[in-house]
Amino acid sequence: MIKKIKYFFNWILLLGSTLLVCLILGVILWDIFSKGRSAVSWDFISQFPTNGMTKGGILPAIVGTLLLTFITTIFAVPFGVACAIYLNEYARPSVLTNIIRASIRNLAGIPSIIYGLFGLALFVQALHLGTSVLSAGLTLGLLSLPYIITTTEEALKRIPNSMREATLALGATQFETIKDVVVPKALPGILTGVILTMSRAAGETAPILFTGVAFYINGISASPNQEFMALPYHLYMLSTQHQAIEQVRPLAYGTASVLILLVFILNIIAFYIRFKHRTQE
Amino acid sequence: MEEIKLSAHNLNLFFGKKQILKNVNIDFIKNQVTSLIGPSGCGKSTLLRTFNRMHDLSPEAKIEGTLKLENLNIYDKKNSVTEIRKRIGMVFQKPNPLPKSIYENLSYALKIHNFPKNEIPQLIEKALKESYLWDEVKDEFKKPAVKLSGGQQQRLCIARTVVLRPEVILMDEPCSALDPISTRKIEDLILILKKDYTIVIVTHNMQQAQRISDKVAFMYLGELIEFNTSENIFKQPQKDLTKNYVNGHFG
Repeated sequence: MIKKIKYFFNWILLLGSTLLVCLILGVILWDIFSKGRSAVSWDFISQFPTNGMTKGGILPAIVGTLLLTFITTIFAVPFGVACAIYLNEYARPSVLTNIIRASIRNLAGIPSIIYGLFGLALFVQALHLGTSVLSAGLTLGLLSLPYIITTTEEALKRIPNSMREATLALGATQFETIKDVVVPKALPGILTGVILTMSRAAGETAPILFTGVAFYINGISASPNQEFMALPYHLYMLSTQHQAIEQVRPLAYGTASVLILLVFILNIIAFYIRFKHRTQE
Repeated sequence: MEEIKLSAHNLNLFFGKKQILKNVNIDFIKNQVTSLIGPSGCGKSTLLRTFNRMHDLSPEAKIEGTLKLENLNIYDKKNSVTEIRKRIGMVFQKPNPLPKSIYENLSYALKIHNFPKNEIPQLIEKALKESYLWDEVKDEFKKPAVKLSGGQQQRLCIARTVVLRPEVILMDEPCSALDPISTRKIEDLILILKKDYTIVIVTHNMQQAQRISDKVAFMYLGELIEFNTSENIFKQPQKDLTKNYVNGHFG
């Protein structure tokens, strides 16, 4: 009897914690979406800010964030995936590879503002790229690398050795084995990691703060050497830096809603890829 | 006249400090089936994998001695490992079809070895017929290979090896994951394949070794204890260790 009560109590405790977390998440989302709903409309996502940003939309911030994420991805994914392939497929276990691996894990834990400072020193100043979407994208790329390397390596680790032996025994080179069997088989896992990393990068503020994000720009440019607006920074600015904070509050919530939706869509895609892969096996 | 196809001379193999194979000397005769038997951990799979250099993947493996495919030194640096593996094919314990279609599983090896495109379909048909898989898969080439049954997958893996026309086929317990009917099919297949290939097979199954082999090598703790014709090993073993093992006293 006592055992039963104990069991029930434990069960309630665990369930309660889970529900509490869900509740908090629900309250946050409900708060943001309910307050932002009045602001979000087609005009809001398709127009420029007007009247000192008290009216109008957030089009340049959306475009800026998309462009930024794009630059981050084309920089971080090839290097990250290549590095993971090297570490998992080629590198022989040694002190050096262990140090490399530990360093990558540590890099993932560094606060993002440090990346911002580093990006400012390296890309903006040393490499003379200026404060631009390119500098910011490269900085975010650096921040994303450890995540992409780690998730890709995990995906590669899950491929059994019998798969590699199959093609090697047919006389395939190691590179052919990786290109034709290992990477295709690990692709869903790699893509999931890449997309989740992208969605994280899209929401970062600190690393782009010093490296290229702008308070306001009055035109959209796809040129990588221009400053840009980004959703997270726009939100930060509307919430704390604006001269009429009370007036722009709905716009801030609207911006938050759009950012959440964008990240949400990316996560759904990642979830879908994982799901599809699982049902195929 | 018996022609030596594959041989190991004074072979020692170490994994780190541990010696797995101890001074193994063995010759495999062309167009014969040789079974490697012995209790788990005796080094028979390790020996098998030295011939197509599968230990190249393990940095801790160290190999001494001479291994030859006819007159070609298998571990000579100037010989290409991919060329050797093309001539010495391998079938594994667990069926490991590539995550591709049935057809691509067979065409893959031909493509990487640059066989002329127009010859590929005939070569595939021939290999599938040789592996007695043709009738079962000829209408569903596009189907993913993993959808086949375990026995079919293993015959596909044999076909995938045969399609390259190797000279030697190494088999590492090819039936251990299969049911008796599939096992039978593979055994029949091995007896047919030996007309064209030299086959070395690792097996735990004494009946299987008796049914299919011309020669049997008994290994124990990394040493080759006895190597003789199948009949001699099972009927009149020279060593007590061999006798005890084939009679099922240990293993």
